[in-house]
Amino acid sequence: MREKPTQVLLFGSCLIDVLYPQAGMDAIALLEREGIEVVFPQAQTCCGQPAFNAGYRDEARKVARVQLDCLQGDAPVVVPSASCAAMMKHHYVELFRDQPEAEAAAQLAARIVEFTEFLVDVLRIRLQDQGPDIRVAVHSSCSARREMNVAVQIESLLEQLAQVELVHQDHKAECCGFGGTFAVKQAEISAAMVADKTAALLRCEIDRYITQDCGCMMNIDGALASQQAPLRGTHIATFLMERTGGNEDS
Amino acid sequence: MVTKTVDFSARAVEALHNARLRGSFRDAMDDLIRKRLDHFRDETLFRELSGEGAAIRARALSRLPELLEQLERKLVSNGITVHWAEDAAQANETVLKIIRAHDSRRVIKGKSMVTEEIGLNDFLETRNVEVLESDLGEYILQLLDERPSHIVMPAIHKTKAQIAELFARKFPEIPYTEDVDTLTATARRVLRDAFRSTRIGISGVNFMVAETGTLCLVENEGNGRMCTTIPDVHIAVTGIEKVVEKLADVPPLLALLTRSATGQPITTYFNMISSPRREGEKDGPKEVHLVLVDNGRSDIFANPDFQETLRCIRCGACINHCPVYTRIGGHSYGTTYPGPIGTVFAPLQDGLKERGELLSASTLCNACTEVCPVRIPLAGLINRLRAEYAAPRGNVKDAGSGRSWKEAMAWKLWSAVYARPRLYQRLLNWGLKHRDRLPRELAPWSDSRAMPVIAEKSLHQLVREKSEADQ
Ligand code: SF4
Repeated sequence: MREKPTQVLLFGSCLIDVLYPQAGMDAIALLEREGIEVVFPQAQTCCGQPAFNAGYRDEARKVARVQLDCLQGDAPVVVPSASCAAMMKHHYVELFRDQPEAEAAAQLAARIVEFTEFLVDVLRIRLQDQGPDIRVAVHSSCSARREMNVAVQIESLLEQLAQVELVHQDHKAECCGFGGTFAVKQAEISAAMVADKTAALLRCEIDRYITQDCGCMMNIDGALASQQAPLRGTHIATFLMERTGGNEDS
Repeated sequence: MVTKTVDFSARAVEALHNARLRGSFRDAMDDLIRKRLDHFRDETLFRELSGEGAAIRARALSRLPELLEQLERKLVSNGITVHWAEDAAQANETVLKIIRAHDSRRVIKGKSMVTEEIGLNDFLETRNVEVLESDLGEYILQLLDERPSHIVMPAIHKTKAQIAELFARKFPEIPYTEDVDTLTATARRVLRDAFRSTRIGISGVNFMVAETGTLCLVENEGNGRMCTTIPDVHIAVTGIEKVVEKLADVPPLLALLTRSATGQPITTYFNMISSPRREGEKDGPKEVHLVLVDNGRSDIFANPDFQETLRCIRCGACINHCPVYTRIGGHSYGTTYPGPIGTVFAPLQDGLKERGELLSASTLCNACTEVCPVRIPLAGLINRLRAEYAAPRGNVKDAGSGRSWKEAMAWKLWSAVYARPRLYQRLLNWGLKHRDRLPRELAPWSDSRAMPVIAEKSLHQLVREKSEADQ
């Protein structure tokens, strides 16, 4: 698994599909630049996490089965969204416990690699910063930090970039308050959490914050926009492409 | 004692506007987090220790009925009387009976969450038994007629100034001061007098050792030792899950407990009670009773999906690290045990109808799971309970009681779309094309957040276009 493969499958996630497709394209471009063939199965939809976390497991299974189907094979599955990666790597086993697909779920789980983890631990990527000076912070999602254990990887990627100054916001490891249906069911608590998160980021006086999870980005950017703050998030794949001269034509 | 969870959300919203919770409360939590971390900076070390803690607790639970029998035999042969209580009412009656047998009208208590759980104080007071709390935090709350908001630091929701003001009101002979030592000394003086004149002491228990019949009590103020040594009768009240196999299991659990709870390598006091006063001994109670409370625990024990909950050693770390608790405080939960452990324990104990609403008070961020010294997968259990709450069938009391047809319908629709890749893409493309016509506001999301901007083309489309161009 830690050997550099010739081919990977990419699971883009439903949020990237509809809100941040460029992050997906940049992830693909970056992988291809490293000499990896990237296959994007067109039948993929959503990992099933929204229903799973809401307690609707039958419905989550129905959707997850489609991913089990379209992500078959032996190639690693690279996921540029840590919470979907965590869903497929850790929670499919629970979701398909005592189900006929239990084995298929375990097989897929073993092949899931989060995007930054793939770049750092599998590709051992070397980056040449070509951009101007910039000050950024990282928001690692809770799934990235505590389920996928990849909070270190995203920072180590940024540390390779000479003109990028990485600063650390207060309460950096704390949840941004998204939590899927939590943001709707406990909207006030969620709003209080994201308000603290945006305040901490704004205090850093950064140009951008970088993340590997689009759920958090939707939440934090949404709050920043409604506060009319100019700060926005950038997906790590997009940021890396931008800094290493890969985005010239897009 | 607990309040109904119904209206949890309303209480939470109110708490969000509470000045203490908006202000120094988070600092207090941060302080606890830092103190714990000072001991566990080395993650490997923590993983090792918590692995051992989890194994000890899991081993004990795997033999729970057997260990409880062994414990009872040992305790009895040590001269300790053992009482079994199936529920809160039985536990309370048992305690009352012991008090009445000694013709007593007054008890002094050390800190005990199980007695909170069974509502012992209210029960005794309505039966003309005066109860005096001797833990400083509990004492403060008793003066205020409030409930604990945290399982380790019951009065953490109070500021120093609030406590100073309370003491100035209750003890007008003492000048107003915010000095913690002076306040503590005042309380100590009142309590010392009470210890001398009260014949019945009540305490909780942290660990019970089956091998030796020993009751272990962890504390910092010395009031626990006073409660269990000065009065003639000591009544210990605790849950049946607190048993461990052997004495050697205690040091690792103790090390985890104190570091996780208050960031101390060891507490000021650690009491091991193994019998009443023996002939020739100078102190100790003449009688020791242990009331073993079930109150729903054997149902949790019998449910393999949730048995892990009973590993809990009540350190409170999950509570201190919970971003939701930090913002709404313990009282919002309306349960004896707040925060993540309460969010799991309360629905299992009281049923989902009464407590299911709590399950929404989590982002499943796993901050709790990460710090639990006995590796209870708290977020995973909350997720499992959500499934029990929403599913048409399940193994937990009132399974399915959280299922609303509207929600069920929404998820059915969702899965009908996302389980059909072609339908999904058709609808997605339609949505992207009409993105300007989608609602710009959708409460409650848009109350504090702008709606996300829909892309022009989906990733599916972009990938297709790219591969066509590449060819
Ligand atoms: S669940 Fe774990 S962290 Fe929470 S109180 Fe119990 S032992 Fe401590």
